[in-house]
Amino acid sequence: MQIQPILAALRRHRLASILIALEIALACAVLCNACFLIVSRVQQTHVISGVDENALAAMKLTGYDPTKGVDLNARVLDGLAKLPGVQSVSVINQVPFGDHAGTAGITTDADGKHFGGVVDLYVGGPGSFKALGVQMVAGSVPQAADYQPIHQFVPDDSAVWVTRALAEHLWPGADPLGKEFWSDKLHFRVVGVLAHLARPYGGEGGPNTIEWSVFVPAQPGAQLAGMYLLRADPAQLPRVLRDARAAMATIAPDTVIDSKASQTIGSLRANYFRQDRVMAGILVGVIAALLLVTALGIVGLASFWVQQRRRQIGIRRALGASRGDILSYFQTENFLIVTFGIGLGMLLAFALNLLLMTHYELPRLPLYYLPVGALILWGLGQLAVLGPALRAAAVPPVVATRSV
Amino acid sequence: MFTYYLDLALRSLRRNKALTALMVLAIALGIGASMTTLTVLHVLSGDPLPGKSAQLYYPQVDPQDIKGMLPNKEPPDQVTLIDGLNLLHAGRADHQALMSGGSVPVQPEQSSLDPFYVEARYTTADFFAMFDAPFLYGHNWTDAEGEAKAREVVIAKSLNDKLFAGANSVGRTLRMAGTSFRVVGVLDSWQPNPHFYDLNTGSYAYGEQVFLPLQTMLELRLDRNGSTDCWGNGGGGVGSILPSDSCVWLQFWTQLDSPAKAAAYKEFLVHYSQDQKALGRFQRAPNVRLRSVMQWLDYQMVVPDDVRLQNGLAFGFLLVCLVNTVGLMLAKFMRRAAELGVRRALGASRRALFAQLLIESGVVGLVGGIGGLLLAMFGLWLVRQRPSDYAVLAHLDLSMLFTTFVLAVCATLLAGLLPAWRACQIAPALQLKSN
Repeated sequence: MQIQPILAALRRHRLASILIALEIALACAVLCNACFLIVSRVQQTHVISGVDENALAAMKLTGYDPTKGVDLNARVLDGLAKLPGVQSVSVINQVPFGDHAGTAGITTDADGKHFGGVVDLYVGGPGSFKALGVQMVAGSVPQAADYQPIHQFVPDDSAVWVTRALAEHLWPGADPLGKEFWSDKLHFRVVGVLAHLARPYGGEGGPNTIEWSVFVPAQPGAQLAGMYLLRADPAQLPRVLRDARAAMATIAPDTVIDSKASQTIGSLRANYFRQDRVMAGILVGVIAALLLVTALGIVGLASFWVQQRRRQIGIRRALGASRGDILSYFQTENFLIVTFGIGLGMLLAFALNLLLMTHYELPRLPLYYLPVGALILWGLGQLAVLGPALRAAAVPPVVATRSV
Repeated sequence: MFTYYLDLALRSLRRNKALTALMVLAIALGIGASMTTLTVLHVLSGDPLPGKSAQLYYPQVDPQDIKGMLPNKEPPDQVTLIDGLNLLHAGRADHQALMSGGSVPVQPEQSSLDPFYVEARYTTADFFAMFDAPFLYGHNWTDAEGEAKAREVVIAKSLNDKLFAGANSVGRTLRMAGTSFRVVGVLDSWQPNPHFYDLNTGSYAYGEQVFLPLQTMLELRLDRNGSTDCWGNGGGGVGSILPSDSCVWLQFWTQLDSPAKAAAYKEFLVHYSQDQKALGRFQRAPNVRLRSVMQWLDYQMVVPDDVRLQNGLAFGFLLVCLVNTVGLMLAKFMRRAAELGVRRALGASRRALFAQLLIESGVVGLVGGIGGLLLAMFGLWLVRQRPSDYAVLAHLDLSMLFTTFVLAVCATLLAGLLPAWRACQIAPALQLKSN
């Protein structure tokens, strides 16, 4: 296929060709960035919580007399453990994808000079560590003596389990076992390392801080009451949670169940990421509409060109060009225009990405999005022009001999 | 002339239905998408109290200790109890109120209703006058009653409907958190959006059901909601325990009727900070802000990022649709080169042809606008099905309806400029000859 005559013909339709190229360029820029946004949204929803989500549910009670936390804990632990299907019940202050209840700034020295960041403290009573099902990397599971009474928020001096991510952040490259950190007067000593444990409500400091969690064993009491972790067989969990909520009317009639927080970890997770899924859906919709409009534009202009050139096509056919020649002429013409548009579009895509980066804390667009976007647009262009090109190929040679 | 061109435009559009439909579809899709997101943005960045918000100011002072001080750092978003009370009692503004949010259990007298929690606002008496909260029955408690820790409550219309079947409940008793309160007022439907005076409890479609005197709450130690920020050795206070004086957890709002008064009040805040520093309470140099409602909402970045992003995307999409329309219109106008050539040869000026073609684009824009309006209504319905707190607010208002058509027609006229100009350049002789 000779490209020279096609280019010469395009030069006579400069305006229309530029318009299609411009449309492709805009589509390319939006397409690449929208795809990138979708992928980053979907990635965010794949956070590893580190706990057995399928087997766990949270139960949060409010409205009780805060001085009677000990009595409430005893009643709830005892009452829920008796329910059929419940594998374990324990007291905990917060669960992944639930409400924050233990956010604290920490320092790696006693004087409070070296700020270590804002972390989430999971304060759990006996049984909660095992129930969570967190995976250990180093150290051993908490012993009975590790669960100490709380005077203020957490025990004054506690042995704690940190995630690998947090350990790497606080003490890069060093063995975290035996290391210490402080939160004002409260002292913590690391005795174990967890593979994963996501903080309750995402990471405020960006995606990198999502696993800055610490597990602090503690004795339930007035300062640690009202939030319970239920563990059951995944198949039975919804029924167990339903039964547990119903049982509260007799176990703790003086309390109100916080329905929004009293759910399986699975549904808490689904709620937590609902907004991201909706946004990803919207972006997919925008991309589909964009490609549709672009394709329709190409179809419209290509049809116009075919109609305008009926005589020329007829003459070419009369001079011996096959249907295939005509078809490939229009396909090649479209390919050239789209290629030009993609070249421009790649620049636009990067410009748009830079703009998004300044406004939405997005990372740089990875380079491999560009060839993928280009392939999609080439395919789209070829498909869109196929109909008009086939109609062009069907023009009979006899047209050349007609005057109009 | 206009009607004649309109007739010509309609004929021409009818002649080539597929191409016309494509143009209308492109415009409708672009307008529909951008109007949907623009309406959401318009609703979310709206003025919560039109006509009043310009006089409302949110003072901020910086009571934090010297640790962690950075130059140009913003003071805390809320005030401590002691600063709030000091500023309140100073009474330098035309109206002022100190407030915080929480929730209280309501124990209805009717045995048919189980106890339930309602959102509460603990505030001082000026709140209602300052925010123009409309009363259906009764009135708010007075300053003196508030200071006396009166067991009085103002309830929202929805709670009045639920508990008292919408009757005038002034003087009736309402049991909350184990205490009997006397209903002194019932508010008519009132829900500023965004919930500007306390953004911690949710920015949109959020409204309190009961309003209690702040001093009463302090005495009864009712549960608080919202954010508490502490520094130094400050304890956050859990449940009914009050935060210490090194914690900010209250909002203080003022009404200042003129810019001069606002400037004077800012001056007062600086003096207040200096006095407190002299007393040893404040450690930092005076660091004060006095933002109006809209400035405050802007500073707090109330409009979700996602909404802005969607709006940007939609306008990007509209741009693609317009470029598309330019191309299609070019094809359409150029196809009629012969007809235009004849008109030119018969004496029509370029200007006349140009006007005729633009009217044709305007018609496309108008029809596309109608399609876009239907699509935007559908889009807003979709938005309302979404789980965000602002979803219920997504409705098209009159100004947005008007904007839709203006945007559609203007955008299409703009798109028609280039093709119309191009079509007018046709040499009439050439067109006549070739046929």
